[in-house]
Amino acid sequence: MNTRFTWFNATALAFGFSFLYLPILLLVIYSFNASKLVTVWAGFSTKWYGELLHNQAMLDAAWVTLRVAFLSATLSALLGTMAAYVLVRIGRFRGRSLFSGMIYSPLVMPDVIIGLSLLLLFIALGVPRGMMTVVLAHTTIGMCYAAVVVSSRLVSFDNSLEEAALDLGCSPLDAFFSVTLPIIAPSVVAGWLLAFTLSMDDLVIASFTTGPGATTLPIKIYSAIRLGVSPEINALSTILIAIVAVGVIAATLMQSRVTARGGDQG
Amino acid sequence: MNQQAQVSDRQPGPAARPSGGPTKVFAPWTEADAKPLVEFVDVRKVFGDFTAVNGVSLKIYPREFFALLGPSGCGKTTLLRMLAGFETPTSGKILLDGQDISGIPANRRPINMMFQSYALFPHLSVAANIAFGLKRSALPRQEIAGRTEEMLQLVQMTQFAHRKPHQLSGGQRQRVALARALAKNPKLLLLDEPLGALDAKLREQTQFELMNIQEKLGTTFVIVTHDQEEAMTVSSRIGLMSHGSLAQVATPPQIYENPVSRFVADFIGDVNIIEGKSGGVIARDGEEFVEFHRPGDESVFVARASEPVAPQTDCCLAVRPEKIAVTREKPADAANALTGHVHDIAYVGNLSTYHVRLADGSIVKAQEANRRRIANREITWEDEVWLSWTPGAGVVLAR
Amino acid sequence: MNRFRRTLLIAVPYLWLLLFFLAPFIIVVKISLSDTAIAQPPYVPVFDPALGWAGLKDFLSALDLESYVWLTQDSLYINAFLESLKIALISTSLCLLVAFPLALGIARTSPKRRPVLLMMVILPFWTSFLIRVYAWIGILRSEGFLNQFLQWTGVISEPLAIINTPVAVYVGIVYSYLPFMVLPIYATLEKMDGSLLEAAIDLGCSRTSAFWRITLPLAAPGIIAGCFLVFIPAMGEFVIPDLLGGTGTLMMGKTLWSEFFSNRDWPVASAVAIVLLLFLVVPIVAFQRMLERQQEAAR
Repeated sequence: MNTRFTWFNATALAFGFSFLYLPILLLVIYSFNASKLVTVWAGFSTKWYGELLHNQAMLDAAWVTLRVAFLSATLSALLGTMAAYVLVRIGRFRGRSLFSGMIYSPLVMPDVIIGLSLLLLFIALGVPRGMMTVVLAHTTIGMCYAAVVVSSRLVSFDNSLEEAALDLGCSPLDAFFSVTLPIIAPSVVAGWLLAFTLSMDDLVIASFTTGPGATTLPIKIYSAIRLGVSPEINALSTILIAIVAVGVIAATLMQSRVTARGGDQG
Repeated sequence: MNQQAQVSDRQPGPAARPSGGPTKVFAPWTEADAKPLVEFVDVRKVFGDFTAVNGVSLKIYPREFFALLGPSGCGKTTLLRMLAGFETPTSGKILLDGQDISGIPANRRPINMMFQSYALFPHLSVAANIAFGLKRSALPRQEIAGRTEEMLQLVQMTQFAHRKPHQLSGGQRQRVALARALAKNPKLLLLDEPLGALDAKLREQTQFELMNIQEKLGTTFVIVTHDQEEAMTVSSRIGLMSHGSLAQVATPPQIYENPVSRFVADFIGDVNIIEGKSGGVIARDGEEFVEFHRPGDESVFVARASEPVAPQTDCCLAVRPEKIAVTREKPADAANALTGHVHDIAYVGNLSTYHVRLADGSIVKAQEANRRRIANREITWEDEVWLSWTPGAGVVLAR
Repeated sequence: MNRFRRTLLIAVPYLWLLLFFLAPFIIVVKISLSDTAIAQPPYVPVFDPALGWAGLKDFLSALDLESYVWLTQDSLYINAFLESLKIALISTSLCLLVAFPLALGIARTSPKRRPVLLMMVILPFWTSFLIRVYAWIGILRSEGFLNQFLQWTGVISEPLAIINTPVAVYVGIVYSYLPFMVLPIYATLEKMDGSLLEAAIDLGCSRTSAFWRITLPLAAPGIIAGCFLVFIPAMGEFVIPDLLGGTGTLMMGKTLWSEFFSNRDWPVASAVAIVLLLFLVVPIVAFQRMLERQQEAAR
């Protein structure tokens, strides 16, 4: 594309990015509002953060969510990498189109349908609902996202690298661990992060598949929001946004350092 | 193109590199008791409904630098990959040192390969790439380090040992790939278009480096290439492939001078193909020649035959342009002569190619070295000229 | 690859998806054919494998389409379906209108700045969906920032009722799904050769007609992918209509949720899920084909 500066471009970018960031900015600013009324500014204060720290139910929910996200992201990265390998590297096998269908459709399937169907499965199997069922549900969705991320890397992976490893005396398993995995590792990490975020973020599927004692943060936030806007939620949101921002910026810096050193060329 | 210059330079060439005694010519394929290192026995490979390799039988001898040459899709790469162990023959056998290697997976064959893309591991340094294969063998640490160092020296990459592949130039990558493939001291080294990614100048230089290394180590090399000049330069013998079969296996001079078919004559270098019928066999100066008749032309042409040709067979006469002389007058004693008008002159500095249109409309090319300045050239467009060549210059081909 | 290892590699993710993705749908179909009951689980019949063949026969004969008939008789469900369709279509179009200039703007900046701008588009996506929807409640409420601002500037005297109307749902969907529309469009625009536009202008196109005849047709694959990525999930959206649309906005996702959690009518909830799914099968399959074709082409 040509890279001329035009007023059209400048306006489009300014409008687009204000639309994206203004709501978040307002949310963050008003988390430091002294007033209980979210939309009326009454001076700077950090008291809502203090109150949040004493909200045991909220902290418990956060801890549950973190554990669920960690477990499901790890399982997702593992299964997703396997699935990506099957999609990209194993040519034809019976049931391939069903397999790729099952990988791609959860990406666009409405959450309510997935949540409902998984809950009915757990009931039919007599599985007691709780943290583990949420992990299973999130893994099912997360692995599909991880598979898409990893397979897009595998597509551009030079097959002859693996052949070279075999040629130099590696067993197929050795070749995977000493050549393929180190090269696709960034995409596996990206898949893990995506699955982690999706799990942290999910309200609908978790609401269906959770059980007593396993209330996740989004479920907690949702019930608080339904009661109305509260500065405490703003404070919580700000913390979550800060974590994400720091994480993404750190990842970007790391990536650019890797690129500065040349990055991978595969 | 300066095919002809290169070929004549290469008499005797590496095909005659001394291997045993000082006078003995290296040509194990001519010796009845020589044992081949690699033997293909009627190898076929079919992918779905496509036959990539169709009944290839071939022997490659120790210390050879063998080139598999052919247009893309002729099956040369498939043949190489079967040797490496990445493909299994559909039928037939591949023997290494007389043993069938069909059941042995790639990682257990004493054969290493240099890949077209080089396939250097991007996450490993130059030294680690070279040591990669050694670490998979049972060698002690010390020895691995020593061998790696030795290989770095061989390809003159010692000062780049700690660089990553992406920090190297194309030529350097090529050398690392070569060192990595040679590190395990394989019985056989396979090279898949090893110089394809290099520019013309560097390629020429690297060809000589490859030949030197091969000579120094005495390893048998099999190279796959689509570049005939490269095959002519580096190899002891060329196997020219077409549609999954070997069209001819011979030394570079033989394949250039004595092609066995139109395909070979046409693929290697530039050639004039004149259609006609064969005549009887005649002897001249103690050599046998074949007579050749052009339709609508009473004169008789005389040429060699790579393979016996029965009289009255439809065949063709192949003559290299550089072997045809262009003159204004008919040469008195020419064995073969044709007349026509100059249609075009292509001037390429050292050479000029005359495109001469015959009475029947067909074009014959003749090449002359430019020994004079162009202004002094005596032949020009639309001049009537005579083309002539010796009996030994042309070959009659029935295939 | 070793045959056993190959089979294992395929089998693990395959069986996982069969068990946790495909099997659940069969159960949903089965329950949608059952009847509501005040029991645990709240539907009949329940299949008991101990009864053997006769049990299976009784079980099958007890299944019926009653829940589906119910869906067609109560206008609530038909309205919810039409409302979902309308909201998803309008939101997708609005999303395209916002996303296209943004994607074009990014593609036309210098190559150095593109990754940063692209990251800025994706960044909000990594923050919680719920939080992003929540942020809009504060803006769109009658005493929210937007009304305060408009009243302060004097454009309006009375607060506008935006929250709890479909407009709020459009805004929420456009905002939440914007990256899904921007990214595929950007990907096609970025690959576009700048000399194509120059060639078009050289051949007599005006800048505007070059846009309509060259840029837009070439961006079509990205636009189509983006529309799929927004339309399909928007059809089944629950959180946005629930939090921004209020009780007045009925959508399929919300209906399913309330049938299940409030009415505890599992067969009807399942029937709603099946109808929604059947409706989405066509776009989902089309989308999947497109992804596969692109992957083939990239290989």
